[in-house]
Amino acid sequence: MNQTIRNIWTIARRDFRSYFTSPVAYIVIGAFLGIMGWMFFYSLQHFVTESARFAQQGQKVSITDAVVRPLYGNMAVIFLFMLPFVTMRLFAEERKLQTIQLLITSPVTLTEIILGKFFSSFLLVCVMLAMTFIYPVVLFTSTTPDPGPIFTSLLGTLLLASCYLSIGILFSAMTENQIVAGALTFGTCLFFWLISWAAMSASSTAADVLNYLSLINHFGQFGQGSINSPDVIFYLSFVGISLFLTHRILDSYRWR
Amino acid sequence: MIQVSNLSKLYGPRLAIDHLSFEVSKGEVVGFLGPNGAGKSTTMKILTGFMPASDGKASVAGFDVFENPLEVKKNVGYLPETPPVYLEMTVGDYMDFAARIHQVPKDKMNSAINYAIERTGLGSVRNRIIGNLSKGYRQRVGLAQALVHNPLVLILDEPTVGLDPKQIIEIRELIKGLAGDHTVILSSHILPEVTATCQRIIVINRGKIVATDTMDQLQARLRKGLIYALQVKNPNPAAIDALSKLPGVSSVSPAGTKLVIEIKPGGSEVRDLIVETAVKTGMGVLEFSSEKVSLEEIFLQLTTEEKV
Ligand SMILES: Nc1ncnc2c1ncn2[C@@H]1O[C@H](COP(=O)(O)OP(=O)(O)O)[C@@H](O)[C@H]1O
Ligand SMILES: [Mg+2]
Repeated sequence: MNQTIRNIWTIARRDFRSYFTSPVAYIVIGAFLGIMGWMFFYSLQHFVTESARFAQQGQKVSITDAVVRPLYGNMAVIFLFMLPFVTMRLFAEERKLQTIQLLITSPVTLTEIILGKFFSSFLLVCVMLAMTFIYPVVLFTSTTPDPGPIFTSLLGTLLLASCYLSIGILFSAMTENQIVAGALTFGTCLFFWLISWAAMSASSTAADVLNYLSLINHFGQFGQGSINSPDVIFYLSFVGISLFLTHRILDSYRWR
Repeated sequence: MIQVSNLSKLYGPRLAIDHLSFEVSKGEVVGFLGPNGAGKSTTMKILTGFMPASDGKASVAGFDVFENPLEVKKNVGYLPETPPVYLEMTVGDYMDFAARIHQVPKDKMNSAINYAIERTGLGSVRNRIIGNLSKGYRQRVGLAQALVHNPLVLILDEPTVGLDPKQIIEIRELIKGLAGDHTVILSSHILPEVTATCQRIIVINRGKIVATDTMDQLQARLRKGLIYALQVKNPNPAAIDALSKLPGVSSVSPAGTKLVIEIKPGGSEVRDLIVETAVKTGMGVLEFSSEKVSLEEIFLQLTTEEKV
């Protein structure tokens, strides 16, 4: 077990570091922070003017509804666009440059390799989230927001991002071409995002299934400050199944 | 140290290696010689656990490649045809990663990395980015990676291909220096390459072993007369003995169900006698052919290719 963790960490560490040797990580993080910052201050400004207006009528605007929930809702969309860039090279480049031969002929299992790759990208998402933590801090210095929805939103965002990452890793394992892997990842994530639209015109059982499969449908509860275990289970299973399929793909790659 | 028996590999319908059997003992440096497409890389990929075989058995350092791949991988250092280097890393960082992934213990990490770097002459480029290094240096980095965990067995796929003559000599010296401590298999499609480094060679062509011998014997054999191959149902020592005592036969060496029969130079026609003896001793003749031509052809191909 100890050795397993060490192997996963060896691989995760290398991949995490190599994000920062190419401009991709800096572009992704920079763009992410730029867009998030703009959205945050826009919604904050909106909140201030709205509060003033509502205060005249003796009403209060909830900062959770006006700022916190949109913040993480937007983040979920931005991740959808950005995380394919983070995962696309993980296996595709190893296949193209044949470095995967080193990994496969080292005393590590395929599962350890896949988990190492997953955690390297997960760590990058954690770094991005940590950088956005400044926004809640800003809120706490000036108002008294409810901390509950902030923490559950963070958890939900991490889980949703993990789904994007696992799909990205799956497609990266399928091809030597990073761009193809990235495009397929984006398309598939978008599909699982929008699948609930199809539910609107489907029969009731089909609609239930489609609604259940929709990535975004499981996100809402986290914004309300509650952790709904079926949602957590859905996200974790989604990640588990994607990584399992990655294992099958890489195993069959070895046979050819 | 390495045992291979009846190993076969199919790529779809294509038979890349065809019932290979050979052994390599501890401390030996063995050359795997054959033209491009002979099946050298395929065999090596199977021995390193990169790829499963379609049929047959292989064991390395006492562990079965298919049943116990992790133990095999711990004891093998592998340099694939393309050195598996991460271009964005520095040599030092890459070696650190190689040591970790090969599970070199923490307290031995530094000395192991230093040893591998020194041995492959990479000291002066330790802080350079691998992507900025020449092909020769990348090849050395690949070799250093294979050495870092001090493995019992080294499997080197065309270690000098693409290098300039000076680098070739350096790498050859390096490999020779590894003999004794390590068991080495290296592949090449160039005859002088293996004569320079190996004690024994296995010649492979179209997925089959066509000869296996020490260098001297092999060259002597080429100079000598004919070689016949006799494929039989049940080879037995008594029958083999009877064959080797025939006038005109200089030696019989069995390789599984195949008997390689060498004929004394200038000897009389013995084919009738060989077949007759084989039938009489009840071995059950399946096939009888002349090997001389194919072996010569291969060598011609191998020796002329270096000039290109
Ligand atoms: N991945 C593959 N798919 C299909 N055929 C392959 C593959 N790899 C090798 N081959 C074929 O198998 C044979 C042996 O190849 P290889 O082991 O690379 O030979 P060598 O290393 O001796 O040049 C060749 O005919 C080659 O075309
Ligand atoms: Mg080859």
